[in-house]
Amino acid sequence: MGQDNLLVMEEIKKEFPGVVALNNVRFFLRAGEVHALLGENGAGKSTLIKVLTGVEHMDSGTVMMDGSVISIKSPLEAQKHGISTVYQEVNLCPHLSVAENIYVGREPLKFGRIDWKEIIQRAKELLKQFDLDIDVTKKLDNYSVAVQQMIAIARAVDVKAKILILDEPTSSLSNTEVDKLFRIMRMLKKQGMGIVFVTHFLEQVYEITDRITVLRNGEYVGTYDTDKLPRVELIGKMIGKEYEELADVSRSAVQAGTGEEYLRLEDAGSADIAHISLQFKKGEVTGFSGLLGSGRSEIARLLFGADKKTSGKTFIKGREVHIADPLDAIRNDIAFCSENRKKEGIIGDLTIRENIIIALQAKRGLGKAIRYNEAQKIAEKFIEELAIKTPSTDQKIKNLSGGNQQKVLLARWLATNPELLILDEPTRGIDIGAKAEIQKIVTRLAKEGMSCVFISSEMEEMLRCCSKMYVLRDKEIVAELAGEEIKEARIMEHIAGKEVEA
Amino acid sequence: MNKLKSRMEFRPLVSLIIILLVCGIFSGGSFFEISVVEGHLYGRLIDILRNGSRYMILAIGMSMVLATGGTDISVGSVMAISGALACSIVDQRILAMLHGNVFAAVGIALLAGALCGAWNGFLVAKLKVQPIVATMILMTAGRGIAQLIADGKIVTITSDSYYYISGGYVLGLPFPLFIAAFMLIFAVLITKKTAFGLAVESIGVNADSARLSGIKVERNLWMIYIFCGVCAAIAGLIESAGIKGADCNNCGLMIEMDGILAVAIGGTSLSGGRFSLIASIIGALVVQTITTMILAFGVAPEVIRVFKALIVIVICLAQSPAFVAKLKNAFGKKKVVA
Repeated sequence: MGQDNLLVMEEIKKEFPGVVALNNVRFFLRAGEVHALLGENGAGKSTLIKVLTGVEHMDSGTVMMDGSVISIKSPLEAQKHGISTVYQEVNLCPHLSVAENIYVGREPLKFGRIDWKEIIQRAKELLKQFDLDIDVTKKLDNYSVAVQQMIAIARAVDVKAKILILDEPTSSLSNTEVDKLFRIMRMLKKQGMGIVFVTHFLEQVYEITDRITVLRNGEYVGTYDTDKLPRVELIGKMIGKEYEELADVSRSAVQAGTGEEYLRLEDAGSADIAHISLQFKKGEVTGFSGLLGSGRSEIARLLFGADKKTSGKTFIKGREVHIADPLDAIRNDIAFCSENRKKEGIIGDLTIRENIIIALQAKRGLGKAIRYNEAQKIAEKFIEELAIKTPSTDQKIKNLSGGNQQKVLLARWLATNPELLILDEPTRGIDIGAKAEIQKIVTRLAKEGMSCVFISSEMEEMLRCCSKMYVLRDKEIVAELAGEEIKEARIMEHIAGKEVEA
Repeated sequence: MNKLKSRMEFRPLVSLIIILLVCGIFSGGSFFEISVVEGHLYGRLIDILRNGSRYMILAIGMSMVLATGGTDISVGSVMAISGALACSIVDQRILAMLHGNVFAAVGIALLAGALCGAWNGFLVAKLKVQPIVATMILMTAGRGIAQLIADGKIVTITSDSYYYISGGYVLGLPFPLFIAAFMLIFAVLITKKTAFGLAVESIGVNADSARLSGIKVERNLWMIYIFCGVCAAIAGLIESAGIKGADCNNCGLMIEMDGILAVAIGGTSLSGGRFSLIASIIGALVVQTITTMILAFGVAPEVIRVFKALIVIVICLAQSPAFVAKLKNAFGKKKVVA
């Protein structure tokens, strides 16, 4: 590699108990470029970034900046070397003001005291670059996650770094916000900053990056110029298979239900939503589409008893049932994967085996523990069926990558043998390979007669999987589409509410 | 070996053995002497088992509470209530129609323990009060209730069958040890043969996820606090039988800290999650051994607390993987710290 490398990482090795996270990985970053770091979940992207930012220590390898070897033992040292990071999840202090968050730890002083006027003034100016005109003296948690994310980026940019690492900064941003971010990135690039960009959105990779480094299973695959690497080839490199293999979840896989009704909701409501009537048929994938906050998740939670039902009736196979809490739902063969994997899904310190059997255990009753041998068998079966990457069933679930965690959660629910499977954003924040696998599993399950509810922000995914769709706007079902009616344009119209105006 | 080392019981067991060895060496071996008098075993080790029973029983209940991410600092007061109730009944100060029946007294005391636990559970599970605050209520009020029951006096009793709870012998071994063993076996069966243990751990790690997986979080929390209350009541019976009366001001005073310490030495994280009842029992024995050692070596009363604190610090540091790793780095890899 040439002399113009700002950062050189070579033969980086990092092992966790039972897992080789990085094996002889190399990474070169030039000044003034946006460099995408891509790979599936578990490929080693996060670990490489943690090594670079001093969160984790590498077992062996060298890191050079501007031609001289450096050792990064802590996040603070990384900052001193001019490496600034924005993480996927906002890691600011929600109870401090916006301005405080931006300047915490490096407050400008005046006569030995913090110069608040200066802080507020500078914070305002900084955010103006992002077209963010907000009250910087207000507490951070007054603002949406997207705004918080922008503030985190602003903070990272303001520390005058040489290297800026953006670890999936766009997953909670809207398109216009992403555009703003990209504008800033281009500006920083011109100033000679090296930007490492981690994302799952390939469009963004092609829009903003100059080069791409691909990792797979902790191994270095290669570094490419973005404009010389067609998308299909890129995906092939990331997953190590041909793209065609994955593309077979197509509309043809989608089928209409058998016509037999499984569950019906009549005029039901919870604290968050009201007057919901809908129907799910066996063998059908039903989608909920609508903007964030349109009531998609609220209906799912209502169905599962995660939120208390305050009005209306639920019928299963024509018989009225009372679902007061999740256990009632589970006993009625309903399963639900929450959109919040970390907070409401995984039980981090428990093993994969325990995470898989827990719902089944609850369904059978806590009176008799599932024996070790049976639990082990169930866990092994799903690890194989869903291709969960783990050294053993004894691994703690928190040590798995996001996609594999999601598969374990799916296994938890499939183990209960449900008739209605509700998946709220099951593919958020996971890579294409796992995404396609989960889509495949869902359509397969529907084919086998299960009734599935699929909620996703990604329209393409919904179009691919669903045979029926409820469109939601402002906590109301505004349209029910089926079969050929499910077209992106139609859905968009309903979401936007054009028909109402017309 | 590595498998053994990775078990939760390993580190506390090593601590216990080392403390016992230290005691043995400094006492010139007399610490380990066991004699047989009238078919009963006597000696320091037997004392540890007898006096440690209270800690062991408390530690069993406390383990589960801590495993859920909670805490119960009211156990000392619950012990006082239980002791005061049982002694007052045996002494026929209250409920005279029971004619001082010891079994009835024990039964009512245990019921009171369960009620206390239910109150804690109500605050924690239903009203979602933070456990340390919730149980602080009973910690403070409990002694007052005990005083009311005992009418503000120290109740002394004469009942050989009540004394037996603490002073009795079965097969040459102290009776409290059998109570502790019974509680341990009961708790192990409940947590391992049923899925209660999984429920406890899942609640401790992530209560939201546990609920959405079909675990009745409230109900389980409730049961755990009730169980902890019953454990405390049993410990209260043993203590009051030991001093042949109920002293509401001193019974189980500050013992909640020893209980929590025992569980912590046993390796259960105070933020909840994995727990091992056996490891907690070993932790309880460590706590009791320290106390016995202090008495045996005649440490001056004014420095007892400092002395105890020092030992606890050493044990906790030795059990902290981060500290051990640092020490290993500082002294090269040869030095092994237990």
